[in-house]
Amino acid sequence: MSNRIDARFHALRAHNRAALIPFITAGDPIPGATVALMHALVDGGADVIELGVPFSDPMADGPVIQHANERALRNKVGIADILRWVREFRERDTGTPIILMGYLNPIEIHGIERFAREAVDAGVDGVLVVDCPIEEDATLRPLREAGLQRILLTAPTTSDARLARAIEAAEGYLYYVSFAGITGAAKLSAQGIAQRVGDLRDRATVPVAVGFGIKDAASAKAVAAFADAVVIGSALVATLANAGDEEDACARARGFLAPIRAALHGSKNDV
Amino acid sequence: MVDDYHAFPDAQGRFGAYGGTFVAETLIAPLEALTATYLRLRNDPSFQQEFADDLKHYVGRPSPIYHAKHLSERIGGAQILLKREDLNHTGAHKINNTIGQALVARAMGKQRIIAETGAGQHGVATATVCARFGMKCVVYMGAVDIERQKINVYRMKLLGAEVVPVTSGSQTLKDALNEALRDWVTNVADTFYIIGTVAGPHPYPMMVRDFNAVVGREARAQMLEQFGRLPDVLTACVGGGSNAIGLFHAFLNDRDVRIIGAEAAGEGIASGHHAASLSAGRPGVLHGNRTYVLCDDDGQITETHSVSAGLDYPGVGPEHAFLKDSGRAEYVGVTDDEALAAFHLLCETEGILAALESSHAVAQAIKLARGLPKDKLILCNISGRGDKDVHTIAKREHIEL
Repeated sequence: MSNRIDARFHALRAHNRAALIPFITAGDPIPGATVALMHALVDGGADVIELGVPFSDPMADGPVIQHANERALRNKVGIADILRWVREFRERDTGTPIILMGYLNPIEIHGIERFAREAVDAGVDGVLVVDCPIEEDATLRPLREAGLQRILLTAPTTSDARLARAIEAAEGYLYYVSFAGITGAAKLSAQGIAQRVGDLRDRATVPVAVGFGIKDAASAKAVAAFADAVVIGSALVATLANAGDEEDACARARGFLAPIRAALHGSKNDV
Repeated sequence: MVDDYHAFPDAQGRFGAYGGTFVAETLIAPLEALTATYLRLRNDPSFQQEFADDLKHYVGRPSPIYHAKHLSERIGGAQILLKREDLNHTGAHKINNTIGQALVARAMGKQRIIAETGAGQHGVATATVCARFGMKCVVYMGAVDIERQKINVYRMKLLGAEVVPVTSGSQTLKDALNEALRDWVTNVADTFYIIGTVAGPHPYPMMVRDFNAVVGREARAQMLEQFGRLPDVLTACVGGGSNAIGLFHAFLNDRDVRIIGAEAAGEGIASGHHAASLSAGRPGVLHGNRTYVLCDDDGQITETHSVSAGLDYPGVGPEHAFLKDSGRAEYVGVTDDEALAAFHLLCETEGILAALESSHAVAQAIKLARGLPKDKLILCNISGRGDKDVHTIAKREHIEL
């Protein structure tokens, strides 16, 4: 399959349902559990998985994901481990798109061309680099050239001129950051962003995902009424944080996602 | 070959391969607004006049160049001249930049100021200008740095600032910077972030440099007036690099002036316990710009060590990265012990207590002076005074106060 992200969103449109995109930090809370956890996310209803690449200085993240990064780094989780886990995940799941999400320095130090080649080879579909805005796009050209989709962020502060550029360059989906802040903050106002996300969907040629502040079935349902996808990170990461073992972590992941997935059923019927 | 070192950065904030704007999407708009405002004010004579007046009457500029004859005699080589930024109000060069940025903040109508600080000098300089302008001030400071710089923490509180301890990561300057960026992204509408060094995303490396460049402009004119010529060598300490670029910038096109930055080699570069990003790091991306960083093979930023909190930073301003690669400036490591020895020697021979940061530059000046004839002139930036460091020095030398 050449492009899992487009295929997945295409399939979801037929079901009139917004996509559910959970985020976990690779290697957290137990390094050996990441592959099992990814399968558990799919079992719980994940349509796409965002896998965080840990970084020592996650400047856009709140305390929950900062701590997840610190836990993963205490276990020396690096890009090589993450790509190995993705490859292992692909042995049993060839359909669920995987997005690696992280900061630029680990990718640059790994070598961008090398990273691009190895990521495609492992079965990664897209990359979201938090601290690489569209102005610095040239840096990530090797990712696109290797066939990885570059997921771009847009935010409430994004100007119209830049929005147009992002829409033009977007691949996979556009990630709309629901408020000005860090991950895990409690600032989401679904009503407040409906208009802007609606405008974005009208103009964009790719689906629009909304993230930041979505923490449960109610907030996911509210956002799913006007977005193509909902991203849930901090609330999930917090739920997994003190899991005792792999089995426990997987049970928590399934238990966390299942009611959210149920709430998204038929979410696009009115649109 | 670079024709004009004053032509940087370009419109994208790049110094050759370095600099740029590597931040999360939410911060792009406020950075664009800041750049537009700053570029307008930069060419506004009334803004520049107010800035110059504040530097003269509030900071006490110009700071003198003092010929350290006793120190020079003791060394027996080249003459060591000191640019006395330690004599500025608040005791360091940092005030040059905070005055400038506070004026920019006022022009943008921002009433809440945030800052990061390592040694506390930038925090104090920020709290100072906020007190003067009646602005709310929040300073992020690593919990480890709070412990080793208690006097500056108290000074900030006296000045009305809220000092927020940062307990994430290594609990030092880099983590304080992360936390300040998180605050800014959250409170972007009403908050102005006064970055204390020539790092961060564009336009900070340019703007902070411009506000500190008064040091080099003054020094260049003072050299011509007092000595009838330019110095043979410049030295300054480099953590983030704001005092160094402040001194160096006016001399960058004077190709005969040798320029040397002294980085913190801590317990020695080979020990791995240091903060010498240019000497021992590699190009990467940290805190919004591409520059030399200290990181491991997984790209994780490594913890740094220096006896001086102000140099304890795993990145460095992108303009220094550019000056290194272009060969215009050299960067060398100075160990904790060398800095301490220089601190004592300057103290004993000249009656000047230099900051531990600045003592790295003094140590480098002393090393150079030994190998040069007596008619050569080395201009060394005393970026700050050492009062804040007396507890650290006493503790290190097992003296109870």
